[in-house]
Amino acid sequence: MATSLRCFLRSGKRAGLVAAQRGFSRSSAAAVQVNVRDALNQAMDEELERDERVFLLGEEVAQYDGAYKVSRGLWKKYGDKRIIDTPISEMGFAGIAVGAAMAGLRPICEFMTFNFSMQAIDQVINSAAKTYYMSAGLQPVPIVFRGPNGASAGVAAQHSQCFAAWYAHCPGLKVVSPWNSEDARGLLKAAIRDDNPVVFLENELMYGVPFEMSEESLSKNFTIPIGKAKVERQGAHVTLVSHSRFVGLCLDAAAVLAKEGVDCEVINLRTIRPLDVECIEGSVMKTNHLVTVEGGWPQFGVGAEICARIMEGPAFNYLDSPVTRVTGVDIPMPYAKILEDHSLPQVKDIIFSVKKTLNV
Amino acid sequence: MYSRWRYAPTSCLQSANQRKEEEEVIHPPYQLVAVMHHFVVCQLPKKFHKEEEEEVEPADPEGHSKACVEGRVRVVPSCVVFVEGKMLTNISNVLRACAQRNGAAAVVSARTYADFTTEATFEVKKCDTFKLDEGPATQVTMTRDEGLQYYRTMQTMRRMELKADQLYKQKIIRGFCHLYDGQEACAVGIEASIKPTDHLITAYRAHGYTLTRGGTVKGIMAELTGRRGGIAKGKGGSMHMYCKNFYGGNGIVGAQVPLGAGVALACRYKGTDQLCVCLYGDGAANQGQIFETYNMAALWKLPVIFICENNRYGMGTSVERAAASTDYFKRGEFIPGLRVDGMDILCVREATRFAAEHCRAGKGPILMELQTYRYHGHSMSDPGVSYRTREEIQEVRSKSDPISLLKDRLLSNNMASVEELKEIDVEVRKEIEDAAQFATTDPEPPLDELCNHIFSNSPPVEVRGTNPWAKLKSVS
Repeated sequence: MATSLRCFLRSGKRAGLVAAQRGFSRSSAAAVQVNVRDALNQAMDEELERDERVFLLGEEVAQYDGAYKVSRGLWKKYGDKRIIDTPISEMGFAGIAVGAAMAGLRPICEFMTFNFSMQAIDQVINSAAKTYYMSAGLQPVPIVFRGPNGASAGVAAQHSQCFAAWYAHCPGLKVVSPWNSEDARGLLKAAIRDDNPVVFLENELMYGVPFEMSEESLSKNFTIPIGKAKVERQGAHVTLVSHSRFVGLCLDAAAVLAKEGVDCEVINLRTIRPLDVECIEGSVMKTNHLVTVEGGWPQFGVGAEICARIMEGPAFNYLDSPVTRVTGVDIPMPYAKILEDHSLPQVKDIIFSVKKTLNV
Repeated sequence: MYSRWRYAPTSCLQSANQRKEEEEVIHPPYQLVAVMHHFVVCQLPKKFHKEEEEEVEPADPEGHSKACVEGRVRVVPSCVVFVEGKMLTNISNVLRACAQRNGAAAVVSARTYADFTTEATFEVKKCDTFKLDEGPATQVTMTRDEGLQYYRTMQTMRRMELKADQLYKQKIIRGFCHLYDGQEACAVGIEASIKPTDHLITAYRAHGYTLTRGGTVKGIMAELTGRRGGIAKGKGGSMHMYCKNFYGGNGIVGAQVPLGAGVALACRYKGTDQLCVCLYGDGAANQGQIFETYNMAALWKLPVIFICENNRYGMGTSVERAAASTDYFKRGEFIPGLRVDGMDILCVREATRFAAEHCRAGKGPILMELQTYRYHGHSMSDPGVSYRTREEIQEVRSKSDPISLLKDRLLSNNMASVEELKEIDVEVRKEIEDAAQFATTDPEPPLDELCNHIFSNSPPVEVRGTNPWAKLKSVS
């Protein structure tokens, strides 16, 4: 029942408005519907409560309740000291956040979107990521950089870039990319509790999508280990590896393909760096076929890295065909709806690629 | 070596019981030869006040040398002379020879501390102020102990940098090496007015601050030479040295300024009265993120002292060629500012004290511009003369050297003796030599530590090496 509910909610279209309810709605005994936005909100709320050193800063996070309402209610509850509105100075406030982390606090630095993080990327890489190494362990930097990443809807080229590959390139950073509410909650809690710089890539289109969450996943100490992928759907014929919103599309494609007799295994990466290669390899050694799906551009991207790693490891010998990458189109994001729709992988592109890979 | 007269009451050398006291009083290179009932007096004319050691010609020829040679010792009870170094050894050897022949021993030195001034007040240059009703005091008091400590620290810093210069030219230090000589008064003056619990962050010209903030010369030099005994185990190098409450050493020009404001935010968040001193240069002063930081620091009243070390050149670009306004102390616009003589340690100290009071009173940030100078080029790969004249460097060295200024103050106010300062020089030289010795002989970091310290408090992970079969281990 839960499965069909999930499928219904995710039926191939961009879901955005099921989040009419802000609260929970009980659909069965132990499960509760929580959308990604609320999962993030609760995770931050609980971590703010748990550890006094945690605080949130960014543009519009306080009195505006968050540009995408992710931090709704937090300023009312915690006040100016812990929820800080900043001026539009990414490089400045990211540096301030890193400095505060060096001095013993545990900041959450929000970028309104990761596109603006490029203004501050020096602070993320040179001041945050590399410092523990350069100081030979004297100076840790326990900070989380979070915000929406990748394409939204109709926001055009400068606001639609995916930064997973950019940040995942750098040693010293952990990069996570949650898909559903459970991912969002567990990974954000883990990221805040981690003593290292974590880049937390959310997705604006997922904020309003509700998912069922178990009691366990709603408990105060629920964390998901960073660096471990999750097999969302078991399968035998082909492995689909994805992260963030496109996990949902993979599951939809898998549902369609199942009717045609193709059994897909869908892996939700959850963490981009460090990549859970063992999980992918284990799956490939079972299915013998691999298709990666991402929203980012193809060149030097997440899929490219997965291909290289598979080739270097034991799973290569188990491949019956080369790995296929399904990616965003290698262009800046256009505005017009029809163009935008065709700039990102759709379910039909995944289905097509799977069939080509399996030669069916 | 040279010598001069010192007079002391004879009573202090009278009894044999006081030999132990004398031994304690006498510092190397002085050596107590023996205690005798008589005194030795050698009068050495002024013409021997020079560096090189020469034969001693006693002023009273009929008395002493002849007497010593002939085995007699002449006594003048009312005065005692002490001499230095080799001179002392020569005389004491001669005297010992005399003494043995005479059946008596010879004592040659005594020094009293009774005649040093313990505290004096100095006039320092008035600081230009911006958006401040009053500035730091111009009458500044310094004690003898403080003076000696500042002298020692500045001299250590100077010699350490010069040794680094040497090692770099021998290719034992590689990569970047930005030397601080000429600017010592800034680091030492600032540290004199902040507490160890305060915080400090600077850019890449950081060796001096690493020292004042608690690093050892050994640790610094071994880091420069990339050895395991380095302050960052050889992993950071010249620009990435850290210690408690000192956040480096930062290579990206200007990036340390927001970091410093963040540290200040943490100070205030935790409810302490700590502040953060956040340094940058005249070149960095034009970086955009600094202005972003000024804005947020002032808005949120962060306890940060922004300090611009204006050494007139950002790499090879003089301030006039880089900045539309060279009044760096005014660039904070809505932040009060001070322009300080950065070659005068007391001026720096007083201004920092003023600034620290400002911050701790909750008035928010304050900006100080220290006008200083670097003798070396921007880094070791810059001879430093293509964009400035040797005459200019020479002029600053002769007229404004911070160590000389302090030394003159100490000597002309009888707060220390030449010998004492020389002694400090000798000790400092030895410390630097020992550190350099350590830095050149300590082994390099072991290869199996290559991948360590990627993450803090994390389980061990595997790191890919240069090829797919190289699986390296990384622990926290």
